[in-house]
Amino acid sequence: MFKAKVLLRVLGSCFIINCFLLTVFGQKTAVKGETVWTMAGEPITNGVVLVKDGKIEAVGPAAQIQIPADYQVVSAKVVTPGLIDAHSVIGLAGYLNQPHDQMQIEGSSPIQPELRAIDAYNAREKLVEWVRQFGVTTIHTGHAPAALISGQTMIAKTVGDNVDQATVIQTAMIAATLGSGALESGGKSPGTRGKQAAMLRALLLKAQNYGKKEDSPRDLSLEMMKMVIDRKIPLLVTAEKAQDIMTALRIAKEFNIRIVLDGVSEAPQVMEEIKASGFPVIVHPTMARAGGDRESLSMETASKLKRAGILFALQSGYETYVPKTRIVLFEAGVAAANGLSRRDALASITIDAAKILGLDERIGSIEKGKDADLAMYDGDPFEYATHCTGTMIGGKIVSQVLR
Amino acid sequence: MKKYLLSIFILLFLSLCPAMGQTRPTAFVGARIIPIIGEPVENGVLIIQNGKITAVGDSSAVQIPANAERIDVSGKVIMPGLVDTHSHIGEPAGADGSGPIQPDVRILDSVNPRAAGIQRAQSGGITTANVMPGSGHLDSGQTLYLKLRDDANTIDDLLIYDSDGKYMGGIKFANGTNSLRGTGKFPGTRAKSAALVREQFIKAQEYREKVRKAGDDKDKMPPRDLAMEALVEVLDGKRTIHFHTHRHDDILTVLRLKKEFGFKVVLHHVSEGWKVAEEIAAAGVPSSIIMIEAPGGKLEAVDLSLTTGAALEKVGALVGFHTDDYITDSRLFLRSAALGVRGGMSREKALYGMTMAGAMMLDLDKRIGSLTTGKDADFIVLSGDPLSVYTHVLQTYVEGRKVFDRSDPKDYLIAVGGFGATTDRQIHIDCFDGDLGGDN
Repeated sequence: MFKAKVLLRVLGSCFIINCFLLTVFGQKTAVKGETVWTMAGEPITNGVVLVKDGKIEAVGPAAQIQIPADYQVVSAKVVTPGLIDAHSVIGLAGYLNQPHDQMQIEGSSPIQPELRAIDAYNAREKLVEWVRQFGVTTIHTGHAPAALISGQTMIAKTVGDNVDQATVIQTAMIAATLGSGALESGGKSPGTRGKQAAMLRALLLKAQNYGKKEDSPRDLSLEMMKMVIDRKIPLLVTAEKAQDIMTALRIAKEFNIRIVLDGVSEAPQVMEEIKASGFPVIVHPTMARAGGDRESLSMETASKLKRAGILFALQSGYETYVPKTRIVLFEAGVAAANGLSRRDALASITIDAAKILGLDERIGSIEKGKDADLAMYDGDPFEYATHCTGTMIGGKIVSQVLR
Repeated sequence: MKKYLLSIFILLFLSLCPAMGQTRPTAFVGARIIPIIGEPVENGVLIIQNGKITAVGDSSAVQIPANAERIDVSGKVIMPGLVDTHSHIGEPAGADGSGPIQPDVRILDSVNPRAAGIQRAQSGGITTANVMPGSGHLDSGQTLYLKLRDDANTIDDLLIYDSDGKYMGGIKFANGTNSLRGTGKFPGTRAKSAALVREQFIKAQEYREKVRKAGDDKDKMPPRDLAMEALVEVLDGKRTIHFHTHRHDDILTVLRLKKEFGFKVVLHHVSEGWKVAEEIAAAGVPSSIIMIEAPGGKLEAVDLSLTTGAALEKVGALVGFHTDDYITDSRLFLRSAALGVRGGMSREKALYGMTMAGAMMLDLDKRIGSLTTGKDADFIVLSGDPLSVYTHVLQTYVEGRKVFDRSDPKDYLIAVGGFGATTDRQIHIDCFDGDLGGDN
């Protein structure tokens, strides 16, 4: 560990300067950036973001923003909104990858919407700290896309010593998966795609009737599905193959529920249908491995969704081995090299992700009144050899490691 | 008459395939050339003929033969083909579950030369790969050094032969957690792992001695033992060990074994190399590292760091890279060098690691790894800086022949993915656009 620290110190003067500046912070901070990507309008050259009491107080060109004398000043080459990972499992899935830190999937039943992410989220998980050091400030995490209904998802800031300090939304969505990733074997159901759809429809039918009779006993599972029926929360449907995407759209229509499509490797095959549905998409990681239901994924899926005018976000996804998590910054970078503009790629991990998560009033862009969540870089954030030099969450510098 | 018609047909066929003969030199003109050995030139010329590099350098210094075909590559970047020192393309399957040490098993007998993974590697600029069996054994078998030539029909079409006419390859070893199965004949602890390996090498030393003593006396010759034969090659320095090793103590165990038995070894993965960089350098052992964006996923990789390459470079150790495909994607292999730079490596050593260092680790440094006159014409044409995320591999050449071209829709599909991109290559005859016997 000592050697690594020494090495980091010799990496360049820019680290030393930033380290010095980043170590002094207070409640009132001015973040200066040679380029500030606000994601609300054009990027600002020589911009300043004023931060007070955890919120963004003002943003604009240095010429127009007076930095009060009692504000700590932090500088970076490039400043972006804190990155949002629209779909992850970290915090439930730990970096050790041993049974005791793998809480993202419970194998006793294919349908368990009652499983709350907050009861499993480890705020001190190393992977949470790791992605924070690359500029990720908000994660939509929870039960993995590995069962017909694996459980609930939550939205957390990548800070806090415990789940309560981290949580933004306790139950964000219910995670459902269609296709071979959620098939059971050995005679257990669902054993086929047809059975998956039948079981999901039966569950939604039950939820429609839940609570209609007086004095019926509480059912934790149906309570959650009733929230989906009542359109209070969306069903997050992971569907990679075109036929699974179509099943998701068919069932959403039948029950008039809100869904968020996830994965969608074969979206190019059914783009018009996705577009017509109006549902947003959390697309597979750009560098995800092609295989199984994902055999047809492409580094261009994101850019094709953009061209079709579909609201989408990128994700780190669910990894079962090495790397144990992806980092949305890198996924967006490769998307930017494969047809997306840099701005659209950045939007897919900031403001557009916030829109899909229903949090765009609060995070996702650098605008007055929003949470002071910022990421700082020593160059183009997407370039491999650029480093994240600092991360701010709620007005506090929470990382100053050079990554 | 029939014969006569056939020869006319063959002549006609050959005349339609100008790339096949390749006696005429080809000059790639105007690119920024990064030769790896020697300084980059901004306005360069690369001349190839009969699969070899015949000249390379600044346009003012290189004479282009009058009969050369000129290809304008201005605005592009040319560098040597990438050497992937550790890959699993071609669906290789080595040792089985019967025991932890199986030096007799050859990857040669398992690789599918039509696997889509090979084409994907070509699209990532990889021209030479060390294709290996897995790491679930102390020794999972013999590896293969392959040239990723196009349209291979059998594995023989991809092999590289040494000066003795033998196909080239190493042998895969692993320590750490992967082989700690604790069942059957497999070890349950690290010490047992080392003991089992030492035992086999001592047996091999004894076997070698018996063979030496027997000399020309057939009666005294021990019965042939395929496993021992392979390990004797290792002891004689004729077959390099490619040693999967992550944790700092496991790395030191490899160095200890090397000291005892004197074999040639390349460390692979080396996740905690940053903790024992000085020891690695002092042992003079090269490291082929993997660049992964997050630590963990397995216990021996929890302290994985992007700074390992930099730490090794700083102490003067030889650093190469590998994809470990499918762990990382062959199509994005250049990303490994770039992440090495992110972790503190110099650009020069990172690019050296992708090419020359890898060639050295596979004993191929006299033939590949740099753009040097006389070496194989293995090179890639890039759209820009090799270390930029926005750069694409435009073309890949193996021994002067273009094996990947991003402007060809079929190759483009392989490079970016999409419907049908992962399908293995069908039987294909050069120059005919259609495929035989398949319905793609």
